Amino acid sequence: MVPLSYYLILSAILFACGIIGFLMKRNIITIFMSIELMLNGVNLSFVAFASQWHALSGQIFVFFVMVVAAAESAVGLAIIIAVYRTRDTLNVDRVDLLKL
Amino acid sequence: MTFWVYTLAAVIKIALMVFVLLTAVAYIVWLERKVVGRIQNRWGPTRVGPFGLLQPAADGLKFIVKEDLTPPHVYKPLFIAAPIIAVVFALTSIAVIPFGNSIRVLGYDIPLQITDVNTGLLVVLGITSMGVYGIALAGWSSNNKYSMLGALRASAQMISYEISLGLSLIGVLVLAGTFSLRGIVEAQQGHFWGFIPNWNIFHGGQFVAFFIYLTSAYAETNRIPFDLPEAETELVAGYHTEYSSMKFAMFFMAEYANMVTVSCVATLLFLGGWNGPIGGPPIVQTILPVFWFFLKIFVFIFIYIWVRGTMPRFRYDQLMAFGWKFLLPLALANLIITAFVVAVRA
Amino acid sequence: MHLALFLIFGVVCVAGAVNLLIQTHPIQSALSLIVVMASLAVEYLLLGAEFVAAVQVIVYAGAIMVLFVFVIMLLNAGEEEHSQGSHIALLLGLPSLMLVGVLLTWSVMHQSTDSVRIGSLYGDPKTIGKLLFSQYLLPFEITSLLILIAIMGAVVLASKPEVTPVGLDSGLASGKEN
Repeated sequence: MVPLSYYLILSAILFACGIIGFLMKRNIITIFMSIELMLNGVNLSFVAFASQWHALSGQIFVFFVMVVAAAESAVGLAIIIAVYRTRDTLNVDRVDLLKL
Repeated sequence: MTFWVYTLAAVIKIALMVFVLLTAVAYIVWLERKVVGRIQNRWGPTRVGPFGLLQPAADGLKFIVKEDLTPPHVYKPLFIAAPIIAVVFALTSIAVIPFGNSIRVLGYDIPLQITDVNTGLLVVLGITSMGVYGIALAGWSSNNKYSMLGALRASAQMISYEISLGLSLIGVLVLAGTFSLRGIVEAQQGHFWGFIPNWNIFHGGQFVAFFIYLTSAYAETNRIPFDLPEAETELVAGYHTEYSSMKFAMFFMAEYANMVTVSCVATLLFLGGWNGPIGGPPIVQTILPVFWFFLKIFVFIFIYIWVRGTMPRFRYDQLMAFGWKFLLPLALANLIITAFVVAVRA
Repeated sequence: MHLALFLIFGVVCVAGAVNLLIQTHPIQSALSLIVVMASLAVEYLLLGAEFVAAVQVIVYAGAIMVLFVFVIMLLNAGEEEHSQGSHIALLLGLPSLMLVGVLLTWSVMHQSTDSVRIGSLYGDPKTIGKLLFSQYLLPFEITSLLILIAIMGAVVLASKPEVTPVGLDSGLASGKEN
């Protein structure tokens, strides 16, 4: 059997990779993907705890997290398209002035 | 059944099903050329073998021997990976499709299905969703305006029609009560009113869902009347413009394998799978369900090819409007009515 | 057997996550993220959550990531350019990384003996459906509203700004005179 802490360690590694990507990367789409990676890590720990404590509400919560991630990625990608149209760059370091 | 017997049976089934699927793909190409030719009042292939039956072999040989050209300006890793992705996902969904009841071999009861997953229908839907990547990555990596446009259109079309595809299947789920494909077929056994079989399209009243499913399936597999992404007169062949020889053959195989999978799912869910008149000695009784299954799949593929030879293609905005504004509300209405009827009856 | 499967797909997960960080082209990062999501779906199956695993593949890997790949294709995102890194990040980052690694190793070695019993909690669609429509009905309806808002927002944000033709009236008038 797989101990619970193995699942939690995997979830922590995914979350940490997500944070490192969010802080280190310069391309706005890759930053967004790191956010999705963080959400996935959290989902894994939800499901692991649901299995540990015999509560199906963990899996239900994963369902809601996925729905929220879908809504957020749709709106976020629309914002990215709008930013690309005005600034013509996908590098976050270039989008640092309010005036074009 | 012990672990090793199960594994050996699974390996044999996988090899057999992949072989049958690839041969079926090759001969569906032959059937299409013959039928479309007859619809257009001409013979199809007749030269290679009797009735042109060896034409797929000749085509296969041509694809293998032809020069495999990789243009210099493509993004190589994805250019090579995209047809592989398309073929892998097209061939994988055959794993949860049951072909018949179990057969008895050497004292073991072996079901005619590689694996009976409890969420079999969701697995098929998931693999269909992943099949979009082969097309999207092929178009993007070709570094070519026509391919890119074709890929964008194809992916948008496929993800739009996935919704009505899934929704039309939920009516069947409400009637059957299980996601397992074998369970759905077993819920359609028997007859009502004496001789009409208990299939979901008659007894379950899912004829509207059946037509929604069929239309969405034509859009999912990029076939006429929804084949704008790969139309020759519009987009120079769309997302597989830059592909030659074996890679192009893989896209072709993926498209026809998707057709077979979609027909299998339609047969299982709407036409009662392998249920049909059964009689005779035990050896015939095990083969006959498989025969009915293949017959129904053949009917579907024939309808696919028939529609291809008959209808013109949709314009892109007409296509998207049809999917979102007509099929989606219709599928939702079908679901509500089905759920209401089931709740009232229970 | 479960441990072997967990380790294989765990390694694939971590490899995909690290690959997302290492790659410079966003399309490679997107493909690594798809690999991570697929292996996570297998991990969910190992935990008995079959509906969540199927939804992960259909929604996350099959729809959200398609949207990402779509946008990368549409905007023709190229390779990432090198911005100046900061030295402070290296100075503070590496020791804290080692600290976190030590903490993780300590927790693995001193773990409690309860394991996750596979198959004892079964997340089949029927049970989850019943829960969603009885106990969690309010969040369910609110998420449907959320999706509606997100659809409207995305359509409005991504639409091209209207281009009003300037000077059309004067052109028409002069045309009419002629």
